[in-house]
Amino acid sequence: MITASVVTLFSLGFVSAGVLAIASKVLYVEEDPRIEVVTEALPGANCGGCGFAGCEAYAAAVINDPDMPPNKCCAGGPDVAARVAELTGKAAGDSDPMVAFRRCVKVEGKVAKKFEYFGIMSCAAAKMVQDGPDACKYSCLGFGDCVRACPFDAMWIEGDLVHISPEKCTSCGSCVRTCPNSILELIPRRSRVMVFCSSQDKGKAVKDVCEAGCISCGACIKKCPAQCISMVDERIHIDHKACLAYGPSCEEVCVEKCPRDILRCLNPDMISAAPETEPARYPEESHVADLQA
Amino acid sequence: METFLLFISAIFVNNIVLAQYLGNCPYLGCSKEKGVAFGMGAAVIFVTIMATLFTYLIQAHVLVPFHLGYLQTIVFILVIAALVQFVEMFLKKMVPPLYKSLGIFLPLITTNCAVLGVAILVQRKEYDLVTSLLYSVAAAAGFLLALILMAGIRERFEVTRIPRSMRGVPIGLVMAGLMSLAFMAFKGMIA
Repeated sequence: MITASVVTLFSLGFVSAGVLAIASKVLYVEEDPRIEVVTEALPGANCGGCGFAGCEAYAAAVINDPDMPPNKCCAGGPDVAARVAELTGKAAGDSDPMVAFRRCVKVEGKVAKKFEYFGIMSCAAAKMVQDGPDACKYSCLGFGDCVRACPFDAMWIEGDLVHISPEKCTSCGSCVRTCPNSILELIPRRSRVMVFCSSQDKGKAVKDVCEAGCISCGACIKKCPAQCISMVDERIHIDHKACLAYGPSCEEVCVEKCPRDILRCLNPDMISAAPETEPARYPEESHVADLQA
Repeated sequence: METFLLFISAIFVNNIVLAQYLGNCPYLGCSKEKGVAFGMGAAVIFVTIMATLFTYLIQAHVLVPFHLGYLQTIVFILVIAALVQFVEMFLKKMVPPLYKSLGIFLPLITTNCAVLGVAILVQRKEYDLVTSLLYSVAAAAGFLLALILMAGIRERFEVTRIPRSMRGVPIGLVMAGLMSLAFMAFKGMIA
C-alpha cells in the first residue's frame, strides 16, 4: 500500500521532472544577455518617451534592430545614449535635447469661466463637460492630468496653469500624450520662437474669450523668410529644425509682425529686437527664463 | 440538448467562482481592468482544458488500476504544476504572440484552485472524457464571465465616490458577495 503510493508518486514526479528538463533544453529561447545589460543602463522609468512599451522593450529593439539609434532615450539624455552606444557598438549621434512647452497663457489673456466645475478633478473629465469650464475650449484646464502623468516630477499646477521645470523635464512626452487639449508640445531646448497659444479658432472667436490668444491671422506665415511656419491642425506650427537651421539673420520677423504678441521669443539674448519687458511680463514662465540659459 | 444544459449549468447555475467559490484569488486579483481580466480568463480556459485532459488520463490509467484514488489531490496538483510550466515553455518557443498576451498569467494559474477543482469535479461526477473536456471549457468560460463582469464593475469603482475605508479590497469583497447572491437566482433551474 505505502510502497505502491510512494512508487507511483515518485515515478510521476520523476516523469514530470524529466519532461520539464528535456523541454527546458529543447524549447530554450535564446535571449541576448546584452538586453539585460542595456536595460540596466537605461533609467528604468518606463516612461515610454522612446516610443516603446518600456525600457526593456527599447533595449531589445536597440540590440536586435541595427537601424535603431541608441539615443532614443530622452529621459537619460546624452549620457545614457553614449552608454547604450558603447554597449551596442553604434554611433551615438547628436540628440537635440527637447523640453515640454505649454501653449497657453490663459491667466494673462484673462480667460473667463463659463461655469464652476465641481466634478472629478481631472482634465479629461472636465473636458467632457461642455469642453471644460474655461471660456476658451483650447485652454490649459489646470486639473493636472499631466502632473500625475509626469514620471519625473517636473510639473506642477499654479494659478490654474501647469508649470514645467526644464531642469527636471526629460522630454519623455508622457504629458503631451495625456493632455486632452493638446496644449503641451515638445520643442527643442534651443528653439528661438514659439506660439504661446493652441487655439484652433480664428479672429473674433479668439478675441471674445482671450485677450492674448492667437487669431490665426497668418502674418507670421507670410513673413517668415525660411518658410518654416505653417498651419497644422488649424493652429500655427513652427518647424523648429528649419527655423534653427536658418539662423538669426531673419531677426525674428515673425515675432515683430505678430499683431497679438503671442508669437514670442524664447531666447531674447540672441536678438536685440526682443521686447525687453518680456521676462518681467511672464514671471511665472520659469521655463522660458531657463531656456535662455 | 445534454451538452447545451451542461454549458448553461456550468456557466450560470453552477458558476465555478460565484456558486462554487473556487478560484477567488485571481477573481479578486486580476479583475481591475477588463483587458487583464480577459487575458487571465483566456489563459484559464486554455490551462483547464489541458489539465482536465491530462488528469483524466492519469486517473483512468494510473490511479484507478493501482487503487490509488486517495492520492488524487496530490497527484493532480503535481500534474497541473508541471503542465503549466511546460505550456509556458512551449508557448514561449512556439507561439510567442500568445505567450506575450498570456505569459504573465500562466505562473499564477499553477495554483489556481479553479483548475484543480474542475479536474476533481469531473472525476466526482464520473463524466466520460469528451463530457469532461466540454465541462472544463464551460466551467472556465464561467470563470471568464465572472472575471469580466467583476472587472467591468471595478472599472466603475474608479470614478465612484466610495467611503475611504471601503476603497479597494473591501468594496471588491462586498461586490463579489452581491454578485454571488445575484447568481444564486439561477439555483435550481438545472441540477
